[in-house]
Amino acid sequence: MIPLFQQIGAAAALPEIVLAILAMILLMEGVFSKSITPGAIRVAAIAAFIVVAGMIVWKSGTGTVTAFGGAFVADPFARFMKVLALLGSAIALAMSGRFLARTKMDSNEYPVLIMLATVGMLIMISANDLITLYMGLEMQSLALYVVAAINRDSAKSSEAGLKYFILGSLSSGMLLYGASLVYGLTGHTGFTDIGTALAVSGSNLGIIFGIVFIIAGLAFKVSAVPFHMWTPDVYEGAPSPVTAFFAAAPKIAAIALFCRVMVGPFSAISHDWQQIVVFVSIASMVLGAFAAIGQTNIKRLLAYSSIANMGFALVGLAAGSVEGIQGVIVYMLIYLVTTLGVFACVIAMRRKGVYVENISDLSGLARNNKGHAFVLAMLMFSLTGIPPLAGFFGKYFVFLAAIHSGLFALAVIGVLASVVGAYYYLRIIKIMYFDAPAEAFDQTDTEVNWVIYAAGAFALLFAIFAQPLLQLAAGAAASLY
Amino acid sequence: MVQAILFLPLLGALIAGLFGTKAFQNLGRDQDVYADHHDTHAGDHAHDDHHGHYDGQAWPMYLTTGLLCIGAIFSWIIFWGFLHEGHDSRIELLNWITSGTLKAPWAIRLDALTAVMLVVVNTVSALVHVYSLGYMSHDEHQPRFFAYLSLFTFAMLMLVTSDNLIQMFFGWEGVGLASYLLIGFWYTRESANAAAIKAFVVNRVGDLGFALGIFGVYAVFGSVEFETIFMHAPDVVGKTMHFLGYDWDTITILCLLLFMGAMGKSAQFLLHTWLPDAMEGPTPVSALIHAATMVTAGVFLVARMSPLFELSPDARSVVIIVGGITAFFAATVGLVQNDIKRVIAYSTCSQLGYMFVAMGVGAYGVGIFHLFTHAFFKALLFLGAGSVIHAMSGEQDMRKMGGLAPHIRITWAMMLIGTFALTGVGIPGIGGFAGFHSKDAIIEAAFAYGSSPATFAFFLLVIAAFCTSFYSWRLAFMTFNGNTNADAKTVSHIHESPPVMLIPLYVLAAGAVVAGFLFQHWFIGEGQAEFWGKALARNEILTKMEEVPALVKWAATIAMLAGLALAYVFYIRDKTLPKRIAEMNHPAYQFLLNKWYFDELYNFLFVRPAFWLGRLFWKQGDGAIIDGLGPDGVAASVGGITAQVVRLQTGYVYHYAFVMLIGLAAIISWFSFGGAH
Repeated sequence: MIPLFQQIGAAAALPEIVLAILAMILLMEGVFSKSITPGAIRVAAIAAFIVVAGMIVWKSGTGTVTAFGGAFVADPFARFMKVLALLGSAIALAMSGRFLARTKMDSNEYPVLIMLATVGMLIMISANDLITLYMGLEMQSLALYVVAAINRDSAKSSEAGLKYFILGSLSSGMLLYGASLVYGLTGHTGFTDIGTALAVSGSNLGIIFGIVFIIAGLAFKVSAVPFHMWTPDVYEGAPSPVTAFFAAAPKIAAIALFCRVMVGPFSAISHDWQQIVVFVSIASMVLGAFAAIGQTNIKRLLAYSSIANMGFALVGLAAGSVEGIQGVIVYMLIYLVTTLGVFACVIAMRRKGVYVENISDLSGLARNNKGHAFVLAMLMFSLTGIPPLAGFFGKYFVFLAAIHSGLFALAVIGVLASVVGAYYYLRIIKIMYFDAPAEAFDQTDTEVNWVIYAAGAFALLFAIFAQPLLQLAAGAAASLY
Repeated sequence: MVQAILFLPLLGALIAGLFGTKAFQNLGRDQDVYADHHDTHAGDHAHDDHHGHYDGQAWPMYLTTGLLCIGAIFSWIIFWGFLHEGHDSRIELLNWITSGTLKAPWAIRLDALTAVMLVVVNTVSALVHVYSLGYMSHDEHQPRFFAYLSLFTFAMLMLVTSDNLIQMFFGWEGVGLASYLLIGFWYTRESANAAAIKAFVVNRVGDLGFALGIFGVYAVFGSVEFETIFMHAPDVVGKTMHFLGYDWDTITILCLLLFMGAMGKSAQFLLHTWLPDAMEGPTPVSALIHAATMVTAGVFLVARMSPLFELSPDARSVVIIVGGITAFFAATVGLVQNDIKRVIAYSTCSQLGYMFVAMGVGAYGVGIFHLFTHAFFKALLFLGAGSVIHAMSGEQDMRKMGGLAPHIRITWAMMLIGTFALTGVGIPGIGGFAGFHSKDAIIEAAFAYGSSPATFAFFLLVIAAFCTSFYSWRLAFMTFNGNTNADAKTVSHIHESPPVMLIPLYVLAAGAVVAGFLFQHWFIGEGQAEFWGKALARNEILTKMEEVPALVKWAATIAMLAGLALAYVFYIRDKTLPKRIAEMNHPAYQFLLNKWYFDELYNFLFVRPAFWLGRLFWKQGDGAIIDGLGPDGVAASVGGITAQVVRLQTGYVYHYAFVMLIGLAAIISWFSFGGAH
């Protein structure tokens, strides 16, 4: 075993391997051990996430290492994004516990599925070959399909899972088709080889077709327009902690993969894919901003909000520069924390033991729970992009990169879209602070409370401790090129 | 000691304003504030209402008053020092503004001129504070009132101690703000708010000139500090400066711009309209701000900049003409006014005109002397008028007074002293009341200067002196003599003011009597060169004044006596005469009664066009174009777009898949046929 590992350089993939093995062990424990409870498995899973994140931070060096004949790469970019994804999974899992217990959905499989999805994400982030890419993507997706429908007794949840599965299969098909086109035209599946081949041959219509189909598949995962249609239904249908998970970690992985595929193998024809990314980005920002205004369900609203946010993140990718990728990384970091904070607030919306999710349920929250109202208001301001809150810096860096790359129209449209978007964010603040108070929510769970205040502190204080994070992001971005 | 004088009022204002009022007490208790407002509206104030009720603490009032009294005593000590052995000094407090070559330190410039102003400001302010303890004792917002008064005093002290133009501008705007706040002190009264806004806006016109003047000075001299300006001023004589399409003499245009600021603050002709309306403020405010101190800031500015004005005879001719016209114009309007405070307000306006004539002819010391004496007797008249109003339960119309002398003897005596001082009672060559020394000196200086504008002003001033005498005595006779015209209820309520209001009157009356001959020696007599030192520009005008003909020396006294005689005939001997004459000369009477129709003219020329323009920009420009095409239009269309977008989300999987494929097809088509390749 060990010599074989060394031969294929599997050390670079050690975190993934460890996480996968731990997932199996927990699955077996859940099946065969009578005494184990879902809660214990959840705690173990969270611990596993933390251990793996620790391994990534402290045990896997600083440079770029490849494994499996170059099909898998661990570079600073991958490490940064993996830590974010693990963090997102861990927090989402932590928040889910009492929710699932209360709604009688708690099961031994749930934490394991999250772990397996996360393994898929880590593989996606490190993918350096079309095959690895597809493997990671499918591993993540399969787990997610199940998780989306975890509430089997609810028609809505089942419908969400089914829709996600059908549309996801369609997008997988597109991705595979694109990958086969690229393979057929270049003769390679490895990103490095494709890049070399394209640098020689240049762009042609066949390759562009391939890229378009690959982008369609990736855009589906980041829920960018016009491949976003599943998002609102799944966000609404899935139980809130699952939605929180959907909105956080998979988005990190998908965006990371998107970036790696674009600036890796296809850097030689960046002019072509930039146009697609610009289109997708603009469509996402605009649709996200407008559609969210018409929503009454807060989870649907957040679905459109995350569509718009992916649009903003893609602005950085469209810039196609190191600065742009750095912007994407910072944007995703801020998005992750803010989104988890907002979803924590949504999970805290429980009245007489029943979880509610209408925007109007928030009315007058400022009277009943000053702390939550304040944090949610700060997060909303942050999502709007008001300085000095975190969200402002996210937008600032991606727009700055776009302008430096000469994409003025994109930046202007982005700013205008965020003005439109400000309306629904501010409306929530208005409802919390100025509307007649509704009945108070129940006591919030400790871990949810922690997430809420931590996210609030992050949004408020980001400007102070931003410098080291920005440097890390810069290093990570540089490693992609 | 100077620092203490300067900052004690600020300290008092801050403590009284922040902790004495309800500013912090109601913080975060919004319901209380609403309740409070409700009360205020219910008990809407009448004119100088004395039926309010105050049940708060008394310390803010005593604190501010006490601090001001300390400041006043310190001021006299400093002034006393200058009378004996003056030495100018400059105390730098902090490095205020440093930006490129622009340097404006915050420094106190202490010379004879500052010392005089310190005495005037602090004395009157302290007395007004004391007086207000009685006068405002029923008002429910006393702490705020005293905080404003102290704030005003601080700003005024900033102005007079300034060492550079920016610092002066700071004080200049500070007194403007305090004036605004105090005119509108009874903010539930619509007329008070209107008057406050008017004062602010009219002053803005002057301040624009002042600001341009400061910019110009900086552009020419590269500095805003007085020392530097005066040192380099002779170098630019005869040079020209391009401004508004013309080449002007540099010094002249700078002086004229600065003088424009002075005109606004000192309510000179054309920019005077705010001063009579400012009488909406409580009477102690009128005494302090709109008679004794703030309105003289313009005079002070010209005196401070006298080395500059001395170099531009043309600019000074303008000053003479404006001053002369103001003195004459305001005096004529004062003849027919019926509101006791408005008469005195026009009188103030007129006396400020005198001061400017003195400045214009170069008799800076004389002008400041008149400023000094005027502060005493005009504050006395205002506070006396306040005492009358107090006695009359808030009545200000002189036609409803009369016969008050037996009821309020002390007030009557004090008002008489004020009238003597204002009209300039005295015997040339021997001496008289305060106004006699200073005002008559101005008239002589105007004659002695000899230029045609000055001679023109001389005649205007003599006529104005006659009018002054007439309206002053008219006021005295209508108020105190004859039979009462008030209703029985008011008459039964007539009472002498409490001692706390009378003591300031005694002090001011003493000043009105003796300030003239006591200080004449230093201000305009033999000791003047030594006293003023380098504070004022020097010239020959004072020696020329010695040589004017006897008739000129007597001119003012004759005019005064004539005015007294006429007033006696009109208002004691034959009371129907004024009415008959007014009917005979109806247009002229209306012209004067309506203050030369300036308000109407300005309303037509400026206010209404400004409103029209404002409304155009607001309704058409901002409302229809910017809002209509911008926020409102976009906001309206957002709703429509949103509805469309939301409709796309049907819930059918095949629709979703269709959208994905359409999107894919669109992108593919773009690359295949769109020419992107």
